[in-house]
Amino acid sequence: MTQLALIIDLNVCVGCHACVTSCKEWNTSGGAGYLSDDNPYERDPTGCFLNRVQTFEVGEFPNTQTVHFPKSCLHCEDPPCVPVCPTGASYKRAEDGIVLVDYDKCIGCKYCAWACPYGVREVDEHQKVMKKCTLCVDRIYDPKLPEAERKPACVMACPTNARLFGDIHDPESVVSKAIRENGGYQLMPEWGSKPANHYLPRRTTEMRLRADELERVDNPLKIDGLLPKPALKEPALDDVTTW
Amino acid sequence: MHPAFSVIFLTTLIGAGQGLFLALYAAEVGAFLDALPPQAAHGFFAIGSTLAVVFLGAGLFASFFHLGRPERAWRTVAMWRTSWLSREVIVLPAFMGLVAAYGAAHYFGLGDTLLVGAIAMLACVALFVCTGMIYACIKFLQEWATPLTVINFILLGCASGFTFAAAFAAATGSALTGEFAGWAVTFTVAAFLTRAASLIRNQRLKPKSTLQTAVGIKHPRIVQKAQGFMGGSFNTREFFHGASPALVRAVKWGFLVLVFPLPAVLLAAGAYFQSTPVLIVAFVVQYLGLMLERWFFFAQANHPQNLYYQAVS
Ligand code: SF4
Ligand code: SF4
Repeated sequence: MTQLALIIDLNVCVGCHACVTSCKEWNTSGGAGYLSDDNPYERDPTGCFLNRVQTFEVGEFPNTQTVHFPKSCLHCEDPPCVPVCPTGASYKRAEDGIVLVDYDKCIGCKYCAWACPYGVREVDEHQKVMKKCTLCVDRIYDPKLPEAERKPACVMACPTNARLFGDIHDPESVVSKAIRENGGYQLMPEWGSKPANHYLPRRTTEMRLRADELERVDNPLKIDGLLPKPALKEPALDDVTTW
Repeated sequence: MHPAFSVIFLTTLIGAGQGLFLALYAAEVGAFLDALPPQAAHGFFAIGSTLAVVFLGAGLFASFFHLGRPERAWRTVAMWRTSWLSREVIVLPAFMGLVAAYGAAHYFGLGDTLLVGAIAMLACVALFVCTGMIYACIKFLQEWATPLTVINFILLGCASGFTFAAAFAAATGSALTGEFAGWAVTFTVAAFLTRAASLIRNQRLKPKSTLQTAVGIKHPRIVQKAQGFMGGSFNTREFFHGASPALVRAVKWGFLVLVFPLPAVLLAAGAYFQSTPVLIVAFVVQYLGLMLERWFFFAQANHPQNLYYQAVS
């Protein structure tokens, strides 16, 4: 079974909020209607967003790290928000594991938001229904988009490639490998909600060189070293080109 | 959590209505067993059931103000297999109908009132359980996730319902004023014990979620520097009560006085002097106290999502 998810790499996220604005732009322009804002240019601006980037400081000065932390619905494999919904508006799709809200059924009782430990559901104060990340379900299957763009808007926007998108149930997928090889983890594992989205921790940055990057690939006979070195008094390439 | 007045009214009003119905039915069963004097079908049971339905209806009415889209409220019956909220929405009108039928059966002398009352009593208990479980079933709201939540809803509802029944009995000149007042005091004392138990339990709770598990970084010192927006959001409005610690403490002591000792004294005095006004005051005082109690119930619940919303910037 497929379980689509986002992998957020905290090692490379620079906290630029490009995913936030891109998410807002895409999701306020779609068929499901706008994501409402109040006082956008006044005091106390507020609005409904499906993705937020937060910032934490870890450690004691001067040994601190600034961690930028994007947060959206984690599309839990055992989502506590779904069974509590009295109308069935909140549901988890069997085919790809995306947790969605049917905006035509939701009565805005907010019970699902109470039942999500992560604080990622936000009521739209004007449409009066619950909203949350849809993993851009209206992008990722759209045959009108070029294959390479069938990804969530946040993933497309991220300038540092801190957001990966794929099926975490396919062990060979990019996201599964990223989780496996980089210590990917889940948020608040203590509640058993099994979030599908994973986070990749801060880690030591290493130079990674492959063997073929050290040696010319178009040098199959390995004859580089056989060329005679010019003697000290002979003209070198520099002398030749100064003619 | 942010206490919503719609839910405070809903839970306190239906609690009183349920307690009142249980008092009426207890009177009928008592009379059937020759333990209590029989009561008038019209003046006592029919009017009492009507008042219970009024309480329940007022609670149901208040609940609509909690919904963003009340016109779709009928959809809530869909998910009764998984959702306690859905179950409550089914049981509440069913119970109202049964209480109305119970009153009507008495009024028109249809007989079978004991049977209708028994079914209504089952619905009444089911309603208490549904209401309590809506809160108790969310395991990460640790202040609520305990059987004490359900027990408190039952005992506090019975206390206020029987207090009202005592005032009602006195007003209608029924011989049961003393009995009802006695039971009301008993429920009030029992509710005090269980509510105090939950207060003590909650004081000792250790939150399972920490900033470390919330962001997944195992360092003892993590401080939020930005929550991602400058103004508020749904997450900062719905999950924080915003009241000062002093006010929260005042509400706690307020309800501890208004719900338990004061009504108990007033009930005793009212029963002793057979005074309707004193018993009415007992009910009003206890009801106001219960509104404070419910406010505190919500304010005390600390949602783990709050870990993510500690600093504006
Ligand atoms: S992150 Fe919250 S809203 Fe999303 S699936 Fe999990 S519990 Fe539900
Ligand atoms: S707010 Fe909407 S989606 Fe959430 S529990 Fe209520 S009806 Fe379901």
